[in-house]
Amino acid sequence: MKPASKPLECELAIIGCGLSGLSAALFAAERGITTVVVGVTGGTIFASGLLDLLGTHPIEKGNRWRDPWAAMKALCVDQPSHPYARLDRQAISESMEKVVSFLNSEGLPYLKAGNRNSEVMTPLGTTKYTYYVPQTMWHGVQALQKKQPCLIVGFKGLADFSAVQIAETMADRWPGIRGKDIVFPGSEKTAGLVSGDIMARDMEFPGNLKKLVQQIHPHLENAEAVGLPAILGMNRSHEIVEELSEKLNALVFEIPTMPLSVPGLRLNETLISGLSARDVKFFTPNRITQWKKDADESFLLDVGPRDQKKTIRAKGVILAGGRFWARGLRADQDTIREPLFDLPVFQPGERKNWHRKEFLDPKGHPANSAGIEIDNLFRPLNEKGDPALSHLFGCGSILAHQDWMRSKCGSGLAISTARAAVEAFASQAR
Amino acid sequence: MRTQALIIGGGVTGTGLARDLALRGIQCIVAEEGDINSGASGRNHGLLHSGARYVATDPDAARECHEENEILNKIAPHCIEKTGGLFVAVEGDDEKYAADFPDLCSKCGIPSKSLTPEQARELEPSLSSKVFAAYLVGDGSIDPFKLSLENMAHAQKLGASLLYHTKVTGFEKENNRIKSVHLVHTGTGQGTVIEPEQVINATGAWVAQVAAMAGIKIEMLYSKGTLLVTGHRISNRVINRLRSPGDGDILVPGGTVSLLGTTSVRVDSLEDLRPTVEEVDLIVDEGSRMIPTLRGIRYIRAYAGVRPLLKMDTKLDDRSVSRGFMLLDHKDSGLENFVTVPSGKLSTYRFMAEKTADRVCEKLGVSIPCLTRTEPLPSTPSGMWTEPALGPKRWGKGNREEPLLCECELIPKNAIENLVETIQEHHGTIDLNAIGLRSRVGKGACQGTFCGKRVLSFLQETGHLKGPEGLKSLGEFLEGRWKGERPVLWHSQIMQAELKEALYCGSFDLESQGKPRQS
Repeated sequence: MKPASKPLECELAIIGCGLSGLSAALFAAERGITTVVVGVTGGTIFASGLLDLLGTHPIEKGNRWRDPWAAMKALCVDQPSHPYARLDRQAISESMEKVVSFLNSEGLPYLKAGNRNSEVMTPLGTTKYTYYVPQTMWHGVQALQKKQPCLIVGFKGLADFSAVQIAETMADRWPGIRGKDIVFPGSEKTAGLVSGDIMARDMEFPGNLKKLVQQIHPHLENAEAVGLPAILGMNRSHEIVEELSEKLNALVFEIPTMPLSVPGLRLNETLISGLSARDVKFFTPNRITQWKKDADESFLLDVGPRDQKKTIRAKGVILAGGRFWARGLRADQDTIREPLFDLPVFQPGERKNWHRKEFLDPKGHPANSAGIEIDNLFRPLNEKGDPALSHLFGCGSILAHQDWMRSKCGSGLAISTARAAVEAFASQAR
Repeated sequence: MRTQALIIGGGVTGTGLARDLALRGIQCIVAEEGDINSGASGRNHGLLHSGARYVATDPDAARECHEENEILNKIAPHCIEKTGGLFVAVEGDDEKYAADFPDLCSKCGIPSKSLTPEQARELEPSLSSKVFAAYLVGDGSIDPFKLSLENMAHAQKLGASLLYHTKVTGFEKENNRIKSVHLVHTGTGQGTVIEPEQVINATGAWVAQVAAMAGIKIEMLYSKGTLLVTGHRISNRVINRLRSPGDGDILVPGGTVSLLGTTSVRVDSLEDLRPTVEEVDLIVDEGSRMIPTLRGIRYIRAYAGVRPLLKMDTKLDDRSVSRGFMLLDHKDSGLENFVTVPSGKLSTYRFMAEKTADRVCEKLGVSIPCLTRTEPLPSTPSGMWTEPALGPKRWGKGNREEPLLCECELIPKNAIENLVETIQEHHGTIDLNAIGLRSRVGKGACQGTFCGKRVLSFLQETGHLKGPEGLKSLGEFLEGRWKGERPVLWHSQIMQAELKEALYCGSFDLESQGKPRQS
């Protein structure tokens, strides 16, 4: 038998590398906490790139709020068990600013409309309310608001984005919108599908931008704004958007795309590279296979397949493992479980109560408010209502009593609870 | 509009009858309230019975099934997979029933071959080790969508016409006859009046409602049956539980997947029929007694249909009420040109159509013999894309240049283009549900998450859906899928459902479109 290698020592192990896990790593790194992140594919690559704070409340009425802070006030009164109700406005606001200024310093700028939500276009031709908008999408917010004559450009072979479908869907409320499919520079001869991330990297080749301008120009007509799928570069997209705007003499903007979306990839790559530069260690893609508590209350976490097993020794753990899709929660035929620490999961009883009869039922599905219960220090609780394990904290969408999909609060929830969990760890475990 | 025969209902009976009449040169119109196979014809196992299931309870039906099985294998081989079937008894099942089975089969002329449990498991390794008796029979798997689409396409080629989304609203009677039938298009609200020489009510579970409009009372019972679709194909053959018919006792291969069912739940209303969590759990429990892996595998969706049963003897349980063929001639109730086909089985649809057409011809005073017993059912593009393995097969053969609109089932864009053409030729409504019915779109693991949006885009780009019609059609399509997903949302499927909701609600805010509220 091979002798077990010495465990990797750290203060904090973060389980999950979606927006919540990565934000937690940022807050921890800022405090000088030695941090390791373990996870598989982070949820951010499925993200649209928009950073929601709170868009809709109450969900059953479908009220969309321009002022997310007023919405939050109402939410915390109506749902005192919502994770937001454990935080004050200042803490939430600071946490958002922190992440956004980090992204900005790493070359991924975001904008917002004062302290208000902005209405943005989606790749389905619907709109949603969000808080922070990638700078590359900002002109779209303005064009939509003013209903400026607008050309939506799609690319032949980019399967999940249809300029015509978007324009058709928006036409009722935006008479000056048109959709047109063109051929992406360099893919004239390629039949079949082209993928967004490859296009995004191609956009950074000199010459392609000029070609794209030439392709779009004949279709411009009276357009004052031009919307394109979010494939305009991987690392310097805001510069490409500015250049295109100038050359087309129109407000050019990106529209989010379906997963795997380029804005999600940008967010993921920017966070990971920035955090790596701040000495955060990434054990990805990996899952925790086993864990135990050492004599001194530290966590010993086994990572990776048996032949390449590594052990991490951490004073504390933040569980940011996400929900069903990320396997932070697991649904058996009759019960919802938290598979790693076997934490009790708040849930709506039998499976027949998990989901409503209509997919788009305005009340939302009870299973989506299932999750782990926490105290004010973001410690997961056991059946008795006490902290389940010392120095274990939880954050992000795995938390109970929230429906981020219907409330449009996913990013804000991820980021603000990540900060709260890190602060609690710092005060409790260090 | 005048016609010799108006057939109400575009299920397997109505379309089969249309072809039968058309082959005899009778001019006919099919009026269908929804789309092809909207009722039980589209919500069953797709099992082509050998007849063996009925040998103990209904020997006549058993014989009919056997005979029709052989005919269909000859005339419509492209709709059938000759899988063969097994009947297996597991520990705890009635030993006498199992022991009597081969004799009962031979009395009905149905070939069966006795296997040892070991031989059976060699053929089907997923079978339980608790199997104590096994027989091989001639069951098959039949694609009911392809069957009805091809029957209708052939009938139309021979001069029949089909009115989609057209609902009967009333009958005008004169001198013991139906003089005219009033219909309305459910989408446009446009009315039509047809003056038919003969009217055939082939509306399955809805026969009583339709007959009532003509003042005729038919008493029906409704038995809901729920089925499950597995994520992959579990067995090569149809696997039947060797016992008196009960819940969750048939597993039928359907191309790349298997279909497990059913339940039998008496329902009073035909509104809001859905498979339930309780039924799903019962089917999994029962099915896993024959095939233990059915407990741990992935289910993609469930669906529920209604067995329409003519009320005769309420003391019998619903599976024992004969589902053999019957024809109600309303001459006896004072309407000379009106007949109803109240119930039947997929496996014997052709026979029902033949007998009904015979009666219609007799009433029309023509004597032209039935041709469907020998005349092959042509294969056309209409029914082509219902086949589960066709996408992967074609894609594998070099159709890779074409963009895929569905990645789960590998359906290329030109397949959808062809489908749209066939729907147009037949004057059908083009929307996502119509595409879904005629292809594997929305049937794979993602249940419409990605293909739904892609097909929507295609339909808007080609102008088949305009403006807000697009999102409306998408919403209907997603809700249709959800009905079937909801009761199987655990393990992998709850993950898929979460991804779907994260996109459509989290990213697109689809749930609040069309009701712009703002605070």
